[in-house]
Formats: sequence, C-alpha cells, structure tokens
Amino acid sequence: MTIRHHLSEQLLMGYAAGQLPEAFNLIVATHVSLCDECRARLAALEAVGGALLEEIEEIEMGEAALEAALARIDGLPQATQRAPLKAAGILPAPLADYVGGDLSAVRWKRIGGGVKQAILPTGRDASARLLYIPGGVAVPDHGHRGTELTLVLQGAFADQNDRFGPGDIEIADEDVEHTPVAMAGEACICLAVTDAPLRFRGIIPRLAQPLFRI
Amino acid sequence: MPRKKDRVLGEAQDGTDWAGLMVQVRDRQDRAAFAALFRHFAPRVKAFLMKSGAQASLAEECAQEVMATLWQKAHLFDPARASVATWVFTIARNKRIDALRKARRAEPEELDWGPEPEPDQAEAMEAQEETDRLGRAMAALPEKQRRLIERAYFGDLSHSEIAAETGLPLGTIKSRIRLALDKLRHHMT
Repeated sequence: MTIRHHLSEQLLMGYAAGQLPEAFNLIVATHVSLCDECRARLAALEAVGGALLEEIEEIEMGEAALEAALARIDGLPQATQRAPLKAAGILPAPLADYVGGDLSAVRWKRIGGGVKQAILPTGRDASARLLYIPGGVAVPDHGHRGTELTLVLQGAFADQNDRFGPGDIEIADEDVEHTPVAMAGEACICLAVTDAPLRFRGIIPRLAQPLFRI
Repeated sequence: MPRKKDRVLGEAQDGTDWAGLMVQVRDRQDRAAFAALFRHFAPRVKAFLMKSGAQASLAEECAQEVMATLWQKAHLFDPARASVATWVFTIARNKRIDALRKARRAEPEELDWGPEPEPDQAEAMEAQEETDRLGRAMAALPEKQRRLIERAYFGDLSHSEIAAETGLPLGTIKSRIRLALDKLRHHMT
C-alpha cells in the first residue's frame, strides 16, 4: 500500500496529547495502523509528552502509596502474551473493534444511488461513519461546516484536486466544496469523520439530511 | 523529595537506567525495580493528571492505576521504540481519557514484532537519550512556546480553547506550536 495523503501534524499531536474527540481518535488510530510514516511521526510527538513528563514539577504521592501499589500488584497477574492486535480482514483492528467484526459485520443502510453508510457509535462531539460508494458513483456534493476526514479502506475516490487510494486520508476543512467520485471498478469503502453535520447543496438532499444523519 | 525547581530546568537526568529496570519488571517480576520506577514516575503522573484538571484524590488513584498497568503490561514495553518516560506518558494519557472523559478510545494495531525480539542495548539507550535531549531542547525553548506545548499536552484543551483562554488568535497559537515542534524535531532521531 503506497500512502500519499497523510495525517496533519495537528491531528497527530492531538492524538499524542489525548485531546481529540472520540471519532477523530478512531480515524487517527486506523490510519496509523496502516501507515508506518505516520506511526513514526506519532511516536516522535509522544516522545515530546515523555520529555514533558520527565520535566514536570512532581506532586508527592500519599504516605502509604508505594505500599498500596505493591499490595495492588501482588494480586495482578502479569500478562505474558503480546496481544495479537493485528486484524486479518480489510478493516484495521481499531475500526473492526467499533464495527464488531470485519466488513461482513457492517450494518449498512442505503442512502440512495447505490451509496450505503453505517454510523458508528462514538461520542457526540464528532461523528464517524463508514461509506460504501459503488465504482463510478459520486458522493453528493457537500460543503463542510467543520473538519471532515475521509480515510479510504478499499477502492479509491477522486475529487477535482486529487486521487485517494487505500490508506490515504483526505482532510477537508470548511472552505472545501468538492464532489468526490468513486473510481470505476471496485466499490470504494471509506471511514468518514466530521466534527459538524454535513450540509448538502441540493434542496432534496438537504431535506433528507436529518433522516440520514449525514 | 527533590523537586524540579531545585535543579536546573532541562539538566541531564541522574542517569538511572529506567529501561533496564522495566526489563527486570518484565522478565523477573522484580518488585524492587518496580518500587524504583514508582518513586520516580508516580509523582509525575499525579502532577500530569492534576494539571489536566483532576482533583488530588482522583489523580492519586489514577496514578496508582497507571503504575499497576505498567506492571501488568510490562511485556508490551519495547525499549527500542520508546523511553520509559514516553511509555508512561502514553499510559497516563490513556488513563486520563478513560477516567476524565469516559469516552471509548481507539488504539493503533500493534506492530508485528521482527525476527529479533530483543532489541540491543544501543537501541534502548537511544530512546532514553532522545527523551533527555528533548527535555533539554524543551528547556531551551522561548518561554511562550514552551508554555503552549505544555498546555497542549497537559491542559486538556484544544488549540481553539487555548486561544479562547489566552486571548491569542488561533493562528498565533498554531504557528507558535509549529515553531516549537520544529525546534524540538532537530533533537529527535
């Protein structure tokens, strides 16, 4: 997998610092599972956290804290196996965890034109959904009120500016108005995350929006 | 207990081989090694959690849980990939999300472990030295930049919330953080 479109520094730093909404956390963890380059960049930003922790002005623990800790670990078995967190299917492990399995476990809902979606359960400050777009089919034109991230899991899509294949992540902010079209051939399956409800340009999709929760 | 203000900011650490202690915890369930790690890291984790807005009692309890996780998940510690400080930071960060935000939290897949399971000593040293170098680089940052990095990591605030609180424009915050990270990056391998 050759990944050309990566996570922004702000997103990686947000993940490293533990400041992202749940849905954004999910898409970062999913991309990092696929992308060695972003994994290395994330490790560097986590090392900044480590250095800050080393430099922090410490606050003393309570009097019997160490005794309590030693008593606590007495009852704790140490795990010895490295957790096999590697997913076998199309969906990387963190995403498969939310879906409850691989692609076959996704509960798709049709939203017209052969396009299907499945909303994933996350905190309300941002939303995550899987999109299934048949080859050659356009996703309805929409503008953004917030930030929208789209990670390709299978197939590819292109908009006016660029092409996005497996592992690529598109970062669209409020200024972007685009018409992504799935490339001909295999259906395009993406994880899309937004921190604001999308708004469609046409009157009919706009009316339908509350029903579809896009 | 020595406090940070008693020593020069960014001064080289005392040279304790934290990774070596972690390996003893991992391979021999060494309680003395755990105690040494606890004395060093638990008060730092507590401070980190309190800077994130936790009350002292919750921070103390969470610091206990972070250190218990360090014991339980010792087998996941890879000294070639991260220093102990960095590893503890990620456990504490995760605990903060779990405890303060009560949100579910996705983690990347584990990397496949290579044919050589045990990294050599040089690699382990390298990760520790990187943390030390970063600490010195952090101390050398202009005060305004360093405070923003601290706020971004410890304050549990998004960049726009920092902007609202400090009254600085979001663009200024972002460019200061970027500038600071660029400087720190020179010290990373």
